[in-house]
Amino acid sequence: MKIEILGPVQTVRSRLSGWFAFTRKLQFEETVWGWILILPAILGVILFKLGPVLASLYFSFTKYEIISTPQWIGLANYQHLPQDELYMKSVSVTLNYSVLFIPLSVIVAYTIGLLMSLNLKGITIWRTMWYVPSLVPTVASAVIWRWALNPEFGPVNFPLKLLGLPYPGWLTDPDWIIRALVLIQLWGLGNAALIFLASIKGVPETYYEAAEVDGANAWTKFWNITIPMTSSVIFFQLIMSVIGSFQIFSVAYILFGGQTTSDPAGPGNAALFYVLYTYRNAFGYFRNGYASAMAWVLFAVVMILTILLFRTQKLWVYYEVEGGDRR
Amino acid sequence: MKVTRFFQKSLGYLILVGGGLIMVVPFFWLFSSSLKAPGKIFVYPPQWIPNPVRLQNYVDVFDEVPVLLYFSNTLIITVFSTIGTVLCTILTGYGFARLRFKGRDTVFGILLATLMLPYVVTMIPIYVMFSKLHLVNTFLPLILPNYFGEAFYIFLLRQFFRTIPVELEDAARIDGASRLRIIFQIMVPLAKPAIIVVTIQSVLDNWNAFMQPLIFLSKQRLWTLALGLNSLQHQESGLDLTHLMMVMAVFMVTPVVIIYFLAQKQFIQGIVLTGMKA
Repeated sequence: MKIEILGPVQTVRSRLSGWFAFTRKLQFEETVWGWILILPAILGVILFKLGPVLASLYFSFTKYEIISTPQWIGLANYQHLPQDELYMKSVSVTLNYSVLFIPLSVIVAYTIGLLMSLNLKGITIWRTMWYVPSLVPTVASAVIWRWALNPEFGPVNFPLKLLGLPYPGWLTDPDWIIRALVLIQLWGLGNAALIFLASIKGVPETYYEAAEVDGANAWTKFWNITIPMTSSVIFFQLIMSVIGSFQIFSVAYILFGGQTTSDPAGPGNAALFYVLYTYRNAFGYFRNGYASAMAWVLFAVVMILTILLFRTQKLWVYYEVEGGDRR
Repeated sequence: MKVTRFFQKSLGYLILVGGGLIMVVPFFWLFSSSLKAPGKIFVYPPQWIPNPVRLQNYVDVFDEVPVLLYFSNTLIITVFSTIGTVLCTILTGYGFARLRFKGRDTVFGILLATLMLPYVVTMIPIYVMFSKLHLVNTFLPLILPNYFGEAFYIFLLRQFFRTIPVELEDAARIDGASRLRIIFQIMVPLAKPAIIVVTIQSVLDNWNAFMQPLIFLSKQRLWTLALGLNSLQHQESGLDLTHLMMVMAVFMVTPVVIIYFLAQKQFIQGIVLTGMKA
């Protein structure tokens, strides 16, 4: 921090002690303002994050049905989880989805980002076309895809039907429902693609020029320059994708949530996602203690996965060393 | 060499344009279906141009669904939430970016760590809290939290503020400008691209929100467009309301698309700038 330019030079030279008092006053002013400015964020973290997290941990050890007061039952909720068939179903549905969605989301978004980075005529228009689906609200996209994936009338099966090939019942066949949801979610990946676009565009042109001098072709340039230089963003998106994929809710609720909580979520509960089942327990069956235990298991899994991913960071993520005093 | 270049370029165009068209086909169909007669939507082969064009749908929907009510509910929530998010993000983002004091980085670390926190974990206690305050079935549970900042946006703005040269601020401070003046007269104009990104994202988040309204708004008079459209899907009156669902979906999508196109240039630029720095 460049304090010296704040006070007239003469003052600093003639009255050193005064200068120290001045900087101390500045420091104090900075501290006070600092805490005032970040106060809302601190309150927000306490009121809407840390507080609720602790409360939820407590609820998870209780029998709690909103109207009643929580009743301590120790680990009973957690012990019940593995015996709950629907719970195990929701775990397997969510895992099946995540295994497909996490890698695909990163690869597809990166590919779209690459396409968007091409220097072609009219690129802004083409970029917009790729991006715009991500603006569509989940409810509206559910309406759209209910038609697009309709086995008889939808355009996704249209070419298969035309060729006389067998076509899947995307939203009716339990085996295809997960794939259908992955497809729907991939359609709205525009934001991730834009962030990839930004990072791809941020790779200094000189690196490519230097590589060209050495006779590198497009493929080697991509693998040895673009990918490493954007690996920090890939890492970030991977983490976001992990966190997001375990929490999928709205699209599953809208398409398969049914009108009442007693209906199965899709044929054979094929769309009974983890958060959907948690939501049903909390707001459908009013088993808040049980739902809190479910939520905490999810939290623990997300945390462990994130930490593990951070551990792998050293192996494949490249960070540029940043210099300079930015405070 | 020239031939391969040409080939590469053509292939690039083909994928870019072809894929782009596939991405927007569902949109086109949505708009076209909103103009179709009931029973003309789920047909094979797909009917791309409505025949006959039925503008009546856009009148009928108002009889069937309280669209204006849903629309104004959604608007109220979106506007007040966005104001809170933007204001709070600017102030806290600046605090984290520019002011040095003990404990700052610890608080910032905790704030970032909350990004990992799934909403289901906090959902029940937050619901309990608002229900104890008798605020369930009001808009406050949806609006209020935005006035305490959103970790990701604070992070975004902090990163952006840090790229603005400190000297600009120091000059203003010599002239005796207060912190708030520095923030709003110097930093905010300079951080415009990032602030636009936060604003648009916040508008989108709130306009499109589904889970929170679902939890907190059970009374129909408080429903948002998203909840209204969702309930239309499950209507069991025996009538085919698909065409009206399409109209509702158009009502939901159009404002966001318009906002996007109006701010497109700054928005993309903002994402590019902040994305690079993040």
